[in-house]
Amino acid sequence: MPEELSMTDTPSTGEKAPETGAISDFGIDTTSKSAGEALREYWAKVRGGDFGSLPALLGLLVLVIFFSAQSETFLTLGNIANLLAQGAGIVIIAMGLVFVLLLGEIDLSAGTASGVAASVMALHLVKSGNMLSAFGDGVFYITCAFMVVAAVLSALLRIWPGVVLPVVGLVILLLGVPPNAWIEMLLALCIGTSIGSLTGYLVAKVGIPSFVVTLALFLAWGGVVLKYIGQGGTLPIRNDKILFDVANGNLNTVNSWILFLIAAGGYGAVVLGRHFTRLRKGLVAQPTPLVLIKVAAVVVLGAAATLLLTQNRAVNPTVTILGVPYVVPIVLALLTLGTFVLDRTQYGRHIYAVGGNAEAARRAGINVAKIRMSVFVICSSVAALGAIVYSSKVGSVAPDSGGGNTLLFAVGAAVIGGTSLFGGKGRLRDAVIGGAVIAIISNGLGLLKQEAAVVSIVTGLVLLLAASVDALSRRRSAAS
Amino acid sequence: MSEPILELRGINKSFGPVHVLHDIDFTVRAGEVTALVGDNGAGKSTMVKSIAGIHPIDSGEVLFEGQPVTIHSPREAADYGIEVVYQDLALCENLDIVQNMFLGRERGKYGLLDEADMEQAARKTLASLSVRTVKSVRTSVASLSGGQRQTVAIAKSVLWDSKVVLLDEPTAALGVAQTRQVLDLVRRLAEQGLGVVLISHNMNDVFEVSDRIACLYLGRMAAQLPTKDVTHGQVVELITAGRSGDLGIARPETATI
Repeated sequence: MPEELSMTDTPSTGEKAPETGAISDFGIDTTSKSAGEALREYWAKVRGGDFGSLPALLGLLVLVIFFSAQSETFLTLGNIANLLAQGAGIVIIAMGLVFVLLLGEIDLSAGTASGVAASVMALHLVKSGNMLSAFGDGVFYITCAFMVVAAVLSALLRIWPGVVLPVVGLVILLLGVPPNAWIEMLLALCIGTSIGSLTGYLVAKVGIPSFVVTLALFLAWGGVVLKYIGQGGTLPIRNDKILFDVANGNLNTVNSWILFLIAAGGYGAVVLGRHFTRLRKGLVAQPTPLVLIKVAAVVVLGAAATLLLTQNRAVNPTVTILGVPYVVPIVLALLTLGTFVLDRTQYGRHIYAVGGNAEAARRAGINVAKIRMSVFVICSSVAALGAIVYSSKVGSVAPDSGGGNTLLFAVGAAVIGGTSLFGGKGRLRDAVIGGAVIAIISNGLGLLKQEAAVVSIVTGLVLLLAASVDALSRRRSAAS
Repeated sequence: MSEPILELRGINKSFGPVHVLHDIDFTVRAGEVTALVGDNGAGKSTMVKSIAGIHPIDSGEVLFEGQPVTIHSPREAADYGIEVVYQDLALCENLDIVQNMFLGRERGKYGLLDEADMEQAARKTLASLSVRTVKSVRTSVASLSGGQRQTVAIAKSVLWDSKVVLLDEPTAALGVAQTRQVLDLVRRLAEQGLGVVLISHNMNDVFEVSDRIACLYLGRMAAQLPTKDVTHGQVVELITAGRSGDLGIARPETATI
């Protein structure tokens, strides 16, 4: 660089860390940092208010230590496997909610919407696919009309998955396809997508604040579930092996290890492959030792977990229960897919952009309304998948399915994990970590024979704490 | 003197009964910095927005590289290579520099992102502008200073083989050292052969970096002169009275909005 330009690299960065010495030509950033430097930088980030999922991880650790000290059953294999299945439903709904929260919006209706999906799924099974008689004429035609409207609304904004799924659902309803676990799950997904199209359109195009739209729909869908199932009725799904196994079945030992190989191997290959490609091309990269440690930690933890979960964990000596629960690959698959969409696609980038500064996104030519509608479609669709899991866990669908605390726990999971309610900040793994916190609280307090009141109060306080951390981190980063 | 790259001829623009721009003639040349000055309400912003396609013009002609063109939207302006950097910058604080520079125009196939390509291109652009104040192109915009943000916004505008860059008060909110950097950057844009339009209220800045000064007075182009031919005082008079000696509008007292 010519001499006379060196004057430009003076003080401009008054508030930036002076400990890094002279502000270097940014060309230098291509060389990878030393591990120590990277750790110091991370610490500076945390001090600057960017906590990420650190508080949730610490909280998780504290909770695990506390409950294992207080209860002998807490750390038993049986309870850990049970914990995974208990938490999975909430975690999945929370993952969908992260998309909505990233835009600074909220979907209060995700819980009862998932209940609608669950009840249609169960009705289809119980009534042998004859939805006309299951619903009664009026309700059946209104449901069909609703799905047509949902498809049209999605078509208006050219969100094609939001068109295809409602149409598929409509076909299943109209043809009276005979019961089949896979068809039922697909139908639940289609119902979720239809619901998301409506919510998304009302928020993105009609312009009603998402809080009000989803509050109204929260009430409405709660009523719809009641209408579908009927007062006091409960639809059993535990007789269907596949539906019941979703949350209660386990992979056999061989498949458990195959899952470990795919998951850990895939993670290692992707992370290391990307890391060395970046190094080769001279791009900004993490220090190699840190990356290796990270991958090694995941592989070792994964292997340990697989090993433990393939031990017999039955309390009754006459039966054997072993293997990794199906919910693990389900959650891992959704986590991988969602993270891929958010981090590696233009669509994901646009979600973060709209959440960070909608006006800037609009000026950059991003279709803000389409992005805004699409996240609600994703949220409700994923919530329907969550409904499949939690219904399977219980083995039946009741009129209060998806009501009560379902949604609030899911929002809580996302926020506790570190997703900002103000938009633009959050990752899918936040939902998993936060969901684990919530599942452990309710599971641990249950083992300590605490009443429901205490569970609710403690969960509420933890959520409050998490929201305070979020607000505090925003204040600190605004001040810096 | 280079060829005009962007030329306005007899532009008129009204908002309802308010006639904001009267027969504006304005020329931007490649490789030069043209300062656009004028008092508040003189029509500077309206003119920029007309060029950028945000406000359609009522009458007059816009020539781009000698060809008459009509620009209906900011997208079309960008397609011609006309970029505007507005005062509020329009950056996403939660994204890093590379992500902001490519926002809405990400590279990559099948809806995926080609991070390597984008990072290298961003680094190249910043290097070509001799930007040396950002430590890493992966720094998030939230942690940048005002001057650095302005730099990123300007660099973003030249990433697209743009030919004309309009800067709306780029130094208004900056301190001394940061103003220095941005002015250097403005100069470098012109050296790279872009036509640069700089809107500014600061006469020191204008005299320091511009090759020509265009002065608006109540929606009329009072004068467009080489910077070396005018004095500070004359420009101030042109801004406030529309006339200075032989320069400016013949009878500014008859000028009305």
